[in-house]
Amino acid sequence: MTSGPNLILVGVNHKTTPVEIREKLAFSQVKLEASLEQLVSSPEITENIILSTCNRVEIYARVENTDRGIQLLQDFICDYHGISRGNLDQYFYSYCDNQAVEHLFRVSSSLDSMVLGEAQILGQVKDAYSTARSFSSTGMVLNQLFEKAFNVAKKVREETGISERGVSISSAAVELAKKIFEDLENHSVMLVGTGEMAELAAKHLISYGVKTVYVASRTYERAAALAQTLNGCALDFESFKEEMHRADIIITSTAAPTFIIGKEMMEAAIQKRKNKPIFLIDIAVPRDIAPEVNELENVYLYDIDDLQNVVNANMEERQKEAENAMDIIKQEVTKFNNWFSTLDAVPTIVEMRNRAEEMRINEVDKTLKNMDHLSSTDKEAIQQLTQSLVNKILHKPTINLKKKTQSQDGHIYLKAIRHLFHLDD
Amino acid sequence: MDKISFNIALFSYLLASLGYFVYLVYRRPLVSTLAGGLVALGLFAQTISIGVRSSMTGHGPYTTSYEVAMFLAWFMVVIYLLTEWKYKIKDLGAFVIPLVFLVMLVSVFLSKDAGLVPESEVRFWLTMHRTLSLIGYAAFSIAFAAGIMYLIQEHQVKTKKLGIMYFRMPSLEVLDDLNFKVITIGFPLFTLGFMTGSIWNTKMDQAFFSWDLAKTMPMVMVWLIYGLVFFGRMATGLRGKKAAQGAILGFVAVIGSFFLHI
Repeated sequence: MTSGPNLILVGVNHKTTPVEIREKLAFSQVKLEASLEQLVSSPEITENIILSTCNRVEIYARVENTDRGIQLLQDFICDYHGISRGNLDQYFYSYCDNQAVEHLFRVSSSLDSMVLGEAQILGQVKDAYSTARSFSSTGMVLNQLFEKAFNVAKKVREETGISERGVSISSAAVELAKKIFEDLENHSVMLVGTGEMAELAAKHLISYGVKTVYVASRTYERAAALAQTLNGCALDFESFKEEMHRADIIITSTAAPTFIIGKEMMEAAIQKRKNKPIFLIDIAVPRDIAPEVNELENVYLYDIDDLQNVVNANMEERQKEAENAMDIIKQEVTKFNNWFSTLDAVPTIVEMRNRAEEMRINEVDKTLKNMDHLSSTDKEAIQQLTQSLVNKILHKPTINLKKKTQSQDGHIYLKAIRHLFHLDD
Repeated sequence: MDKISFNIALFSYLLASLGYFVYLVYRRPLVSTLAGGLVALGLFAQTISIGVRSSMTGHGPYTTSYEVAMFLAWFMVVIYLLTEWKYKIKDLGAFVIPLVFLVMLVSVFLSKDAGLVPESEVRFWLTMHRTLSLIGYAAFSIAFAAGIMYLIQEHQVKTKKLGIMYFRMPSLEVLDDLNFKVITIGFPLFTLGFMTGSIWNTKMDQAFFSWDLAKTMPMVMVWLIYGLVFFGRMATGLRGKKAAQGAILGFVAVIGSFFLHI
């Protein structure tokens, strides 16, 4: 396609380009305004948006000519950062029209992210869009495209499980806690041992609302220090066994060579709890809690391998959900393209002119049939006269239609013309 | 008129059941909204059906087995909608509404003849007995659904095999809480229903407790099961899996006693 509105995208991402190159190509927020303006001042580019995150640098643009546009954007990225083109050619990818639309939809739905389904990228795309809008570097096509991309991302998140499952040990642990206790606010956590992972998991639980925190450690000072950072209370190591029943979640991470919590001990605790469920997270290696403890009713024990298995399964599941997401995206790309193709004025202009030419030929033929007395020069003159008449009448509408299709309500004009000239019959 | 609206209700519940299943597996928000709408439509049609029939027979829907089954389905939907409104557990519909549909479907095969009830004190006790028992049963049906969901969820968390239902279904705490709440409502009502039933029996010039074993024993069983779950929670902290199993067992006994009783 060489005429009409062309959509292109040029960029690098974490899959094509190592970080040492990516960091050189990033656009800082501060300089974005100048960059956007510089691009849109080029006669080749009518609209543009720059998306720059730590994993990708992409420029979306609407251009007069696809090939020239791609060259221009690549040159711009290189020139802007003062890097020679030759070094970068192998990293750039570029897409046009359909593929550019599909790429944006995949990016904003987090299908192109390093961690599949992460939520951050959508916010970043939204920021890039609103920055571009505030500098008026976007127009009808990119506005529509990005608004659509946000809808698609929302749809993907709602209708597939792509963001549903935690893909880190602590998020998987929080998810489990929420599937056992629902609201974490009224629940308590006890740390037995002050391992780094245990601290991380506890912080994650606290960020989800857990208010009461107990910390027990063989060295009381360490327990006290960690309790202070977590806003909890420190326990004597020996007394944790008596206090165990108070905690809804217990995270163990001691360096003990043998199990410190056995089945009988847990059975006593669960009785004291009147069978209220308890969630045990054993991060220690060697393990701190005897595996038979999981046989007790209302006790749920996960060791580090169990949690890792959950994370792996969640990763796989996200991969599967990504396929469902692609179905949604494919449908939405088709919908967007249907709208996009209505913006192309050229086919409509050609049809309009053909229709007029048909009528002219019909009418001239009819008239000339009964005018045998005219010389062939006269007949030629009549042909020319009618031709120039048609051209004159259609000249302004053609120019205006081309101009209007570049504007916000272009598709309305196209529709009107098609209707007035009966082009869709 | 009552037949047409009955059929509309039956069909709505069937479609709603399918809708909730689709939602459970495929998570399409539109489908769940649609299913909710169908349940509301079904309830509306069923209310008309019961109203029209009652105005024709001259008494409430509690004499024949057909009427009682209809009325039970009606209470189940009402209590389901209240639960849904309070707890926002959309997936509960996938477990309750098919039950409603089945109760309605069974009632299709029951005699549609109107029962005769004498205009007297007897009628009062009969009304009380049936209404209280039916609300109790309907509450038990929610506990049954919550119990099944609990067992599915508990199994996944316990065995560490977290399938799609793990993400779809609510937490164990919510399901256990729901189970307890509906039994707390259902059990006293059912007990009162049981007592008013005995009074009705006396008014019918029968023994206060007519040891008709086939009829009475299942009811006693039902009462014992829910009594154990209800008092067990308060006394010894019986909860979680055992409470869920109790609610399921209790409802199986309810179904048995329902067909023996009417």
